[in-house]
Amino acid sequence: MVRRGILVGGLVLALTLPLLAAAFGLDYVVGIATRILIFALAGVSLNLILGYGGMVSFGHAAFFGTGAYVVAILSDHAAAGIPLFTWPLTVYGSDMAIIAWPAAMAVCAVLALIIGAICLRTGGLYFIMITLAFAQMLYFFFVALEPYGGDDGLSLVGPSRAWPLDLADDRQFYYLILSLLLFILYLMRRLIASRFGLVLRGIRENERRMQAMGYATYRYKLAAFVISGAVAGLAGALIANHTEFVSPSFLDWRRSGEILVVVIMGGVGTLYGPVAGAIAYLMLEEVLSRWTEHWMIVLGPLLVLIVLYAKQGLWGTLEKMSTKR
Amino acid sequence: MSPLLILEQVLNGLQLGVMLFLMAAGLTLVLGIMNLVNLSHGSLYMVGAFIAATVTRATGSFVLGLLVALPATALVGIVVERVALRRLYARDHLDQVLATFGLILFFNEAVTMIWGPRPLYMDGPSWLSGAVEIIPGVPYPAFRLAIIAVGLTVAMLLYLLVTRTRLGMLIRAGASNREMVAALGVDINRLYTLVFGLGVMLAALGGVMAGPIYAVEVGMGEVILIQTFVVVVIGGIGSVRGALVGAILVGLVDTLGRAFLPGLLTLFLGPATAASLSASLASMAIYILMAAILVWRPRGLFPAHG
Amino acid sequence: MKSRLIALGMAGALLATPAGAAEPVKIGMITTLSGGGSALGIDIRDGFALAISQEGGSLGGVPVELVAEDDGRKPEKATEIANRMIKRDKIGIMTGIVWSNLAIAVVPKVTAKGVFYISPNAGPSKLAGAGCGTNYFNVAWQNDNLHEAMGQYVTEKGYKNVYIMAPNYPAGKDALKGFKRFYKGDLAGETYTKLGQTDYAAEIAALRAAKPDAVFFFLPGGMGISFLKQYAQAGLTGKIPVFGPAFSFDQTILAAVGDAALGVINSSQWNKDIDNPANAAFVADFQKAYGRLPSLYASQGYDAARLIGSALKAVGGDISNADGFRAALKKADFASVRGKFSFGPNNHPIQDIYVRQVVKEGDTLTNKIIATAFTDRADAYAAECKM
Repeated sequence: MVRRGILVGGLVLALTLPLLAAAFGLDYVVGIATRILIFALAGVSLNLILGYGGMVSFGHAAFFGTGAYVVAILSDHAAAGIPLFTWPLTVYGSDMAIIAWPAAMAVCAVLALIIGAICLRTGGLYFIMITLAFAQMLYFFFVALEPYGGDDGLSLVGPSRAWPLDLADDRQFYYLILSLLLFILYLMRRLIASRFGLVLRGIRENERRMQAMGYATYRYKLAAFVISGAVAGLAGALIANHTEFVSPSFLDWRRSGEILVVVIMGGVGTLYGPVAGAIAYLMLEEVLSRWTEHWMIVLGPLLVLIVLYAKQGLWGTLEKMSTKR
Repeated sequence: MSPLLILEQVLNGLQLGVMLFLMAAGLTLVLGIMNLVNLSHGSLYMVGAFIAATVTRATGSFVLGLLVALPATALVGIVVERVALRRLYARDHLDQVLATFGLILFFNEAVTMIWGPRPLYMDGPSWLSGAVEIIPGVPYPAFRLAIIAVGLTVAMLLYLLVTRTRLGMLIRAGASNREMVAALGVDINRLYTLVFGLGVMLAALGGVMAGPIYAVEVGMGEVILIQTFVVVVIGGIGSVRGALVGAILVGLVDTLGRAFLPGLLTLFLGPATAASLSASLASMAIYILMAAILVWRPRGLFPAHG
Repeated sequence: MKSRLIALGMAGALLATPAGAAEPVKIGMITTLSGGGSALGIDIRDGFALAISQEGGSLGGVPVELVAEDDGRKPEKATEIANRMIKRDKIGIMTGIVWSNLAIAVVPKVTAKGVFYISPNAGPSKLAGAGCGTNYFNVAWQNDNLHEAMGQYVTEKGYKNVYIMAPNYPAGKDALKGFKRFYKGDLAGETYTKLGQTDYAAEIAALRAAKPDAVFFFLPGGMGISFLKQYAQAGLTGKIPVFGPAFSFDQTILAAVGDAALGVINSSQWNKDIDNPANAAFVADFQKAYGRLPSLYASQGYDAARLIGSALKAVGGDISNADGFRAALKKADFASVRGKFSFGPNNHPIQDIYVRQVVKEGDTLTNKIIATAFTDRADAYAAECKM
């Protein structure tokens, strides 16, 4: 009951936020809220393989950053009018959301397929390290990619075009992101409850048992990895629109760490956990950094405390509280 | 491309490898025995370097800096172990990654608050500041030779420890089967503390040896941490032998890649493209190496676990 | 620190305010105050704040309030801070960004909204050429300037076989491009290292084998510290002369490298021994206020503040008079610590670039000017600017 109340309350707040912000003259809050939603989406994507699949990926920023770059590169080529490549077929750039965003997801899905195929042959700590390694490889790749700015990054001329919406308008952008997040959450819920989701959770519990039961666990894990990568790519496409700028720092391993923190803080393996985690982490960062330059010295131990004592995260704690009744 | 240059680069690769070994040995022991992923290993390396730099600056003696930094860092490590890490032994790797990631943030900020944001000055001992012509015509920095010597000595000592002493026997047993060792009545907690202390001292030693040649600055731990993990993963978790082989392999691949890829690629491509591409490939080299090894041997070269 | 500045600004405003004055003019500073590279941002902020405190909380007689925030070197954080400063705090003047990539992300966006941006450091070619703007002023230099100066000086001194090195990222590539623009000899080698690399043994060995007559490198921050130390340990200091831009030889880095840096020649648009009253006052006051010698970043922050002050004075503190403010900024009618200073058509400096050498004064390592590489140097991208 409490949970449902909070969910409904949260939804109402999310829907009315821009109006409330305008009423109080705090319009810039919409920008912060948008960033929270985008990170929540990234967290949701990681949660699929981490929370439900038990795969600890320390390289998720690779998909987040690549998605952002796809959108930026397509936009760059569209503005210049030069095709991306002319062989085997001529591919032009595009600044239309309906083309660029699915393209980002598609590229990330393929990337996840390749990376996952290699990484999933290992497990445990080796998996953590090899996902990190691939993210680092991509980071150095983008740093050296001079035509697209390299370490300087690449600016987008403007947000994607998504007729009939005008994404340069903070509010419309916010509502679009919110709808996308809600839609993805809905799809996730269906996925988790489906047979695929059950198998995935079974693999997290005990992979050998699932194998003994006849499931090709590698394929299920890979499929989840690909879906997760694609959704992270979408989050990346959105951040590219939000900041109108991409840089290799989006693929830095610290970024992967931040997405992990978002998932943990919210509650691993809970559907709405990443949303709560994104709100908590980003709000904490905002509040603390206003207070002192040295806010990391508070955040660090706070993370440790959360891991030690609030393992279930915010949402998980909530779930525990409501089931206690 | 003279054979002397190749020899010198190989020596450089060995030296880098030995430096990585100091870090990797501690990390792999902690991982293997205690099953603890400790991302703050790099932070302890940084603390060791900072303490040594401060003491060396104040007293003018590198050796004194070394002698103070090792136990001081070990103390810091023990405090961290008691306060935070002890509760993580039973947790899964994800929790350990997250918690120790938090420790990295804490250490970076703490060091900044204590020592300020600027890098520190640190010099090696004056009797090691010259160069030795170990290869004819190539004056090789004496300090780097010292690093190789120290690293190999540590490797030798660790080998003796692990294969010839009782403690070593417990370490090897604990690396392959922790529960059994505990079941056989060994005081697991004391073993853990000893192993962890050893790991911290090795990291601090790495930091002190690195101080004179690298920049002593906040965040220096992260760079070497990633490389260290690559070494540990390649070598196999829990195996000191794997750490040595992995470290030398990584050191050689990284150094030789940086040294000879540009020249190699210039044969096929124009100089500007070759320079840029080779730089990118060189920076990715050790990760490609790790991926390749893991594909062939998913648990590293010398996994300790059965 | 930030609250201290705001308090300073407020107190100064209260004290120095003439009768019937309005609220202090807010100046937004987005810079790197934490993490790697924070020493630069802190220097910029300290230099800027010194100018304000010298005038008791004003610039150009107009009370100001410095709002300094930390971007943590993250482009999206910088963009968000910028957005908030514009929307919530209604800030019309911004400054502070250290890194070129953050500048490229933030500057076009804020100037498009009518904000005036004065760069105290980053001077990417993108914003100096085709991307120039009427509201964007760079008070430091265009990124290539210091490298070009070194190329010029090295050629003048007769070096013919130089080995050049920089990290493999756009600023590194631009640095070597800038050097080559004015260097007329041969290259013994051109190497790109990994960003953040600490161990240069391989590169130093290759360098030695190539037998150059000089070395030019651009390795900012910790990279430069590591390289210089290792170069000295390889016995090459004094054997093969080293040249570089000031970025690898500022006070912070010299303090960390020690004697291994002695004798290195570097280019800079400013040094503490430039002889004019403004500079003398600046160096003395900075040492008194902060207990350390100023770096070139501090001088840039200081000049940025004084430039803004001169423009504020011209419009009587009324920045809604955008055309007037812009014209006043362009005029650059202030006493720069560099001596003569003016803006080119693309709002980047026309100034002298000096050659300095690392020497020891007493116990401290510092720089001393030994020559002038360029007089009244503009930059290579001014022609592309269509303003």
